[in-house]
Amino acid sequence: MQDKFFHHTTQLFAFVVLAALVGILVSLTYEAWPSIKAFGPSFLWTNIWSVPDDKYGALAAIYGTVVTSVLALLIAVPISFGIALFLTETCPVWLRRPLGTAIELLAGIPSIVYGIWGLFVFAPLFADHIQPPLQALLGDVPVIGGWFSGPPIGVGILTASIVLSLMVIPFIASVMRDVFETVPHVLKESAYGLGCTTWEVARSVVLPYTRVGVIGGIMLGLGRALGETMAVTFVIGNANRINGSLFAPGTSIASTLANEFGEADPGLHIASLFELGLVLFIITFVVLAISRWLISRSMGSEGL
Amino acid sequence: MMSLYTRRIWINRIGITLSMLAMSLGLIALLWILWTLFSRGFAALSWDLFTQDTPSPGTEGGGLRNAIVGSGLILFFSMLISTPIGILAGIYLAEYGRVSRFASFTRFMTDIMLSAPSIVIGLFVYALFVVTTGGFSGWAGSLALALIAIPVVVRTTENMLKLVPTSLREAAFAVGAPRWQVSLKVTLRAVKSGVVTGVLLAMARITGETAPLLFTALNNQFFSTNMSEPMGNLPVVIFQFALSPYDNWVNLAWGGALLIALLVLAVNIGVRIVFRNKVKR
Repeated sequence: MQDKFFHHTTQLFAFVVLAALVGILVSLTYEAWPSIKAFGPSFLWTNIWSVPDDKYGALAAIYGTVVTSVLALLIAVPISFGIALFLTETCPVWLRRPLGTAIELLAGIPSIVYGIWGLFVFAPLFADHIQPPLQALLGDVPVIGGWFSGPPIGVGILTASIVLSLMVIPFIASVMRDVFETVPHVLKESAYGLGCTTWEVARSVVLPYTRVGVIGGIMLGLGRALGETMAVTFVIGNANRINGSLFAPGTSIASTLANEFGEADPGLHIASLFELGLVLFIITFVVLAISRWLISRSMGSEGL
Repeated sequence: MMSLYTRRIWINRIGITLSMLAMSLGLIALLWILWTLFSRGFAALSWDLFTQDTPSPGTEGGGLRNAIVGSGLILFFSMLISTPIGILAGIYLAEYGRVSRFASFTRFMTDIMLSAPSIVIGLFVYALFVVTTGGFSGWAGSLALALIAIPVVVRTTENMLKLVPTSLREAAFAVGAPRWQVSLKVTLRAVKSGVVTGVLLAMARITGETAPLLFTALNNQFFSTNMSEPMGNLPVVIFQFALSPYDNWVNLAWGGALLIALLVLAVNIGVRIVFRNKVKR
């Protein structure tokens, strides 16, 4: 009797988590309904965000979110791989723990701290010492030259991507390290026994063996990057338009919400912001679901 | 002409060097951020920071008293909400949910909630709570942060409970203890320190969360301990002050950021030190 009661109580609380998830979907859809009805699916690919005209489209915000996240991953993935490789293969054993902890601390720093660091320290430095040479070097190259055009003002899409990449490195690196550690020693040692170098073992034994988990880790980083708010809001420049240049200010879904929601007019404006939030939630949900599935498959089947 | 062997050696050297570079890049980023934070933050620390309220535009000086107290209250209540829910849900997943499909589904969803964008949680609480109760409030802020903390508590509790040896459970069952007593009085007690760790880590996680507070607790320029009204809190103050044109506001933002980061880092490092002595892997 008491047992049953206990069972059901704990089950009820486990249910709270699920209820929150469903609640998020339902309430966001409900609040976004005026906007969904007014703009239909074209909300997703309309490039307009005008409060005076009461017309809203999500394209600029989606563009900013996707571009910054993908760029952040392009920077973060090789670095995370390097870190994970170093921690599992070449690092002296006594250093593994402190270095691993240091990387995990990077994940613990609140995102608002990344934000003000990015705004006050990194962006000015970037504008003075990195953007001009980059422009001089690549500005005249056809096709990609346009990415580096415009005044070097420090804040913008590229700066946001770099700060984001710093934030996701610890997440990707620790998943990679964990799955690298699941590789059986016998496998690695037999490769070393054949005379493979450390690099060859990593490339031809460790990576193929842990492929699924590594992709899961990358997707986890992507999920994090897509939804990151504060760090991006500080350094992306908050301009609600699409500009081909990576130096130009832009916006992301999360930063639009952070900037406008507090002072939004009731009616279509606020409903459109809710719809943005709904879009963000669905995108990250799918990305994170794939990531968790891949990671659990990789860790589970190979036995932890 | 390089021999194949030399080439392989060189590729290996380049690869290893790159991986060391990546490692140092991570460390440099950490040290750089911490150094900036400490140098600018400690410069802003003063007695006034704790005794005066946030200044109004154009006035000199000022402190963060209202924001510190507000953050403390919001944090306290969100942990009060999330700790029991998280622990009980964790017990369910660990004790009853080894095979059930509902449990593995919940576990999967909890993992997703762990990384769900916090700003969306803020929107949710706004729609659910702020709209229905008619205004921004400290309670709404606590609720939003609790929703973020719950998954952290659930997963650490479950992982800790799974470490309890089956023999301990069996011993308790053998002397006739009912299941709920085994759960609460034997297994949960065996991993008490682990569960406390989970709660502390959850607290560290939500201490710096800004996005969900923007549209729930909002901010309050004045000192207030009334949880039913908008409440000042450190993260939102940092956000607003850092982007302001006043030098003293920006200074206060750095001071606040330092306070938050110190708390978060202290918890993270403290937990690791305590745990290294307890659990030898």
